Amino acid sequence: MAMQDINQGKNTTTHTYQGLGPSLLMPTWLMIGIFLVLPVLMMLVYSFLTKEFRGGVIWEFSLNAYDQFIFDRGLFGDDPPKMEWTYIGIFWRSILQAGIATLLCLLIGFPTAWFIATRVGNSKSIWLFLITIPYWVNLLIRTISMKFLIRENGPANEFMMSIGLIDAPLQMINTNFAVQLGLFYSYLPFMVLPIYASVERYNFSLSEAAADLYSSQWVTLRKIIIPTVKPGIIAGCILVFVPSLGAFLAPDLLGGAKSFMIGSLIEDQFGGQAGNWPFGAAVSMILLSMVLIVLTFYARLQSRRAS
Amino acid sequence: MNAKIDIRRFPGFSFATYLCLFLLYTPLIIVMIYSFNDSKSIMLWGGFSFRWYEDVFWGLEAPKFKQAAINSLSIAIGAAVTATTIALSAAVAMLRAGHFRGKGASLGLISLPLMVPEIVTAVATLIFFSAIGFASGHATILVAHIVFCIPFAYLPIAARMQGIEASYEQAAQDLYATRFETFRLVLLPLVLPGVISGFLLAFIISLDDFIITNFVKGAGIETLPTAIFGSVKQGIKPNIMAISTLMLLVSVVIVTLSYFANRSGQGKK
Amino acid sequence: MKFSTKIATAFFTLLVFAMPAHSAGKLSIYHWFEYIPQELLDKFAAEHDVEVTMDTFDSNEAMLAVLKAGKMGSYDVAVPGDYMVEIMNKDGMLDTFESSELSNFDNMMPEWVDVGFDPGRKSSIPYQWGSTAFSVNPAVYTGDINTWSLMFDPPAELQGKINVLDSQGDILAMAAIYLGIPQCSSDRSELKALNDLLQSAKVHWASFASDSAKDKLVSGDVAASMVWNGVAARARQEGAPVTYAYPKEGYVVWMDNVVLLKDAPNRENAIKFMNFLLDPINAAAVTNFAQYTAGVKGVGPLLSEQVKNSPELNPPALPVGTFVEACTEEVQKVYDTIWLNLKK
Repeated sequence: MAMQDINQGKNTTTHTYQGLGPSLLMPTWLMIGIFLVLPVLMMLVYSFLTKEFRGGVIWEFSLNAYDQFIFDRGLFGDDPPKMEWTYIGIFWRSILQAGIATLLCLLIGFPTAWFIATRVGNSKSIWLFLITIPYWVNLLIRTISMKFLIRENGPANEFMMSIGLIDAPLQMINTNFAVQLGLFYSYLPFMVLPIYASVERYNFSLSEAAADLYSSQWVTLRKIIIPTVKPGIIAGCILVFVPSLGAFLAPDLLGGAKSFMIGSLIEDQFGGQAGNWPFGAAVSMILLSMVLIVLTFYARLQSRRAS
Repeated sequence: MNAKIDIRRFPGFSFATYLCLFLLYTPLIIVMIYSFNDSKSIMLWGGFSFRWYEDVFWGLEAPKFKQAAINSLSIAIGAAVTATTIALSAAVAMLRAGHFRGKGASLGLISLPLMVPEIVTAVATLIFFSAIGFASGHATILVAHIVFCIPFAYLPIAARMQGIEASYEQAAQDLYATRFETFRLVLLPLVLPGVISGFLLAFIISLDDFIITNFVKGAGIETLPTAIFGSVKQGIKPNIMAISTLMLLVSVVIVTLSYFANRSGQGKK
Repeated sequence: MKFSTKIATAFFTLLVFAMPAHSAGKLSIYHWFEYIPQELLDKFAAEHDVEVTMDTFDSNEAMLAVLKAGKMGSYDVAVPGDYMVEIMNKDGMLDTFESSELSNFDNMMPEWVDVGFDPGRKSSIPYQWGSTAFSVNPAVYTGDINTWSLMFDPPAELQGKINVLDSQGDILAMAAIYLGIPQCSSDRSELKALNDLLQSAKVHWASFASDSAKDKLVSGDVAASMVWNGVAARARQEGAPVTYAYPKEGYVVWMDNVVLLKDAPNRENAIKFMNFLLDPINAAAVTNFAQYTAGVKGVGPLLSEQVKNSPELNPPALPVGTFVEACTEEVQKVYDTIWLNLKK
C-alpha cells in the first residue's frame, strides 16, 4: 500500500536528525498508544465481564458474551446448549455483502483505473481528481443521497418508469441490493487508486511483446496484465472489503431490518435497547480479529513477493 | 492483426469509466437539485427556490445546526492541527533520523487507525473513556479524532518529504545551521505543501466522521453528521438536503485546495 | 528534545482550549424524539436564561440502557413512561423533590398524582399520556381493523407490509393482551406461547422502527404500523390514508413523565423546567404539537380544533386500555431473551 511505498523509497537514509527519532515519535506513540491500543485492550477485558441486568457491566469474569455468540440455551437459559446460528449468520451475511460490494468495485474499478492510467499528460490527474472527489464528501451525506435516489417513489424509479424501462417502481430500498450498492458507492475510490498506481508502473512493452506474438488483447489482459498488476488489485480489494465488513451507515440507512450486519449488531449493544456491553465488546473483538487475519495474510503475501 | 492496434485500449473500458463517474455523481447531483425544491414534500417538484437554505440559516432548527457546525469546525481544526503536528514530527523521525529501535513498529502504529475498523475504534474508545471515568464531551471527540487523523496527515507529508533531497539540509548544516534552524529554514518550507495537504485531509476526515463521534459524544453535544443522522432517522427532510449540499460544496472546495497545495512546486519535476 | 517538548506543549494547550467552558445556566434533557416543539424549548431558554440541550431516544429500554451505561450524571431530566419510572426508581436512578419546590404542583390532574409508579409524585411530573395500538390503510385491508390479529396473525393483504414499534415494553405487553394472558406471567407455558406468537408473527413484519413509523405510513412504504396515537394522528394529517384501530382485545395506555435524574448537573434548572411544563399554556403547546393528552388542569380551552376532535385522541368507552407492567427480574430476563429472539 501507499504507506509502504513511501517508506521503501530511496531517500530515506538521511540522518539530519540522527538520534532524535524516538523523541520525535513520542507524540505518535503516546497518542495512538493511549487512545487506541489501550482502548482495544480494555475492550478485550470488557468482553470477559458480566452484563448487569438492564445494561451496564459488573467487574466479574464471565464467558457469557462469547457463550451467547456461539450457543443457544433456550428461552429459560437451562436447555442443553445448541449451536446458535444467528450471529454467525450475521457475520456470514456481512462477509457476503462486503464480498459482493468488493466484486462490484473491482468490475467497475479495474477498467476505470486502467482507463485513467492510460490517459496522457494533464487529463490523467483531472480524471483521478474526479474519481476521488466523491470520497471526500461526507459518507453520511453520500449514503443519504443514495437512500433518496433509490427510494420507492424516488428519482431513480421515476426516471426508469418515464422512459418505459419498468412499469411499476422497483423495490430497491431495504434490500440486500441497496446495501451492496451503498457499500460499492462508499468505497469505490479505494479500489481505483491502488489499481491505478499498479497500472502506472506497468511496462507496456510486455503488452507489445504479447501483441507481436499474436496474443489477442483479452488473452494479454488475462495472462499478462492482470498477473502483473495483481498487487494493486489485492490492495484495492482489501481496502474495500475491510471497511465494508464493519460498515454501519449503509446497512442502517439503506438495508432495513432484514439486512442486519456486524456494524448494526455492535451499535445495538451500545446505543440501542440491547445494552449489552460485554457482548458488543466480544463481537467487536471477533470482527477485529477477522480483519487482522486478512491483513496479516496480505502482509505475508507482500513479503513473499518482495523476497 | 498487426501492431497498429492500441495496446493501451480495451473496448468498454472507457464506458466503465463514464459509468463509474455517473454512479458516483448522480446521487449527489440529484440531492443538490432537490435542495432547491420549493415543496414541503421531498417527492414532488414544486419549482425552484432557496427556501430550504433560508430554513437552514434562519429557520426553527437553525440554532441547533449552527451549534453543531461550530462544534464540527472547532473539533476539526483542533484535531487537524494536532494530528498534522504529530504527523510532521513522526515523518521527520521516519525519514530524516536514520535508523533506530522501534522504527518498523512505529510505521505499524501510525497506520493502525487505518486498519482497525471504525466501529471497533468507536467501541474501544467509548469503553476506555467510560472505564477511566472520563466524562464524554467535546474533549473525548477531539482526542478520538486526533487519533484517526494522524495517518491521513502523515501520508502526504511523508510523500512530500521523501521527494526532497537531503543535499539541501546537508548544505545548511555545512554552513553551521543548527538542526532546528535546518528544520525551520530548509526542510519545513520545502515540505510545506505536504503539510498543508495533510492538514486539509485531516480536517476533512474529522469533519466527515460519524460513527466514532456518535459513540463518544457527550450529552447534548452534536456535530453536523450526528445532527443530520438524528434528523434523517425520522425521514429525509428538504432542509437536510440543503445542509448536505452546503457540506458537499465545502468538502469539494477543501479537497480542491489540498490538491493544488500538493501540486504546487512539483513543476520542477 | 527541545523540539518534541514544544510539540507536546502545543498539543496540551490545544486540548485545554478545546475543553468547553462550564457555564452555570444549563439544562440537559433526555427526551423522546419529536415530542416537544422547539419553540417551547426556546421559550424556556429565554425565560430563565438557560442554555438548553436535548438528546433523543426512541424507546424506554434504549433510554434505560444508555443511562445505565455511563450517562447518569450528564442529563438533568428524562422522560420515561410509567413502568419505566418504576424500574428507574427501584434502581435508585431518580432524585426526589418536595411538592413545595414546584409552584405549579397543584396544576397536576388529581388522577395523575397518586399513581402506582410514583405515589404522590416525589420524582416525576406527568407529561403526556396516550395509547399504543396500530394504524391501517383501509384501502389495502377492507375488513374489520379493530383486532390485534391484524398485527400478530395478519391477513394476506397486510403480510410483509407491516411496521412495528422498536419497543420491547409495548410489543410484549400487546402480545400478552392478544393472547389473553397476564403480563409478566412467570408461567413457563405462557412465556413459551408468547415467544411462539412473536416468532410466527415476525415473518410478516417488514421492519422494526419507531422513529420512522410516521414516514413509512406517509410515504406508503407500509400499509399498517404499530404506532402511538399521536403519531397516528400526525401521520394522517400529513396525508397517510390510515385509520387508527382500537382493538377489541384491549390496547396499551401509557403516561410519559418528566423525571428528575439522580446526580443531575443542573438540578435547579431541572426543577424550573418541570414547573414550566406544569403551566397549562406550555402543556397545551406540547399537546398541540405531539397530539397526545396532557396531565395538567386547564389545558382544554387552549387546544387546537384539530386536536380536540381527532379520533386518535378520543377513544371509545370500550375497549379499555391497560398499562404496561414492570416485570420481576426473573421474568424480565426471559422477556429479554424473547425480545432477542424476535430481533434476530
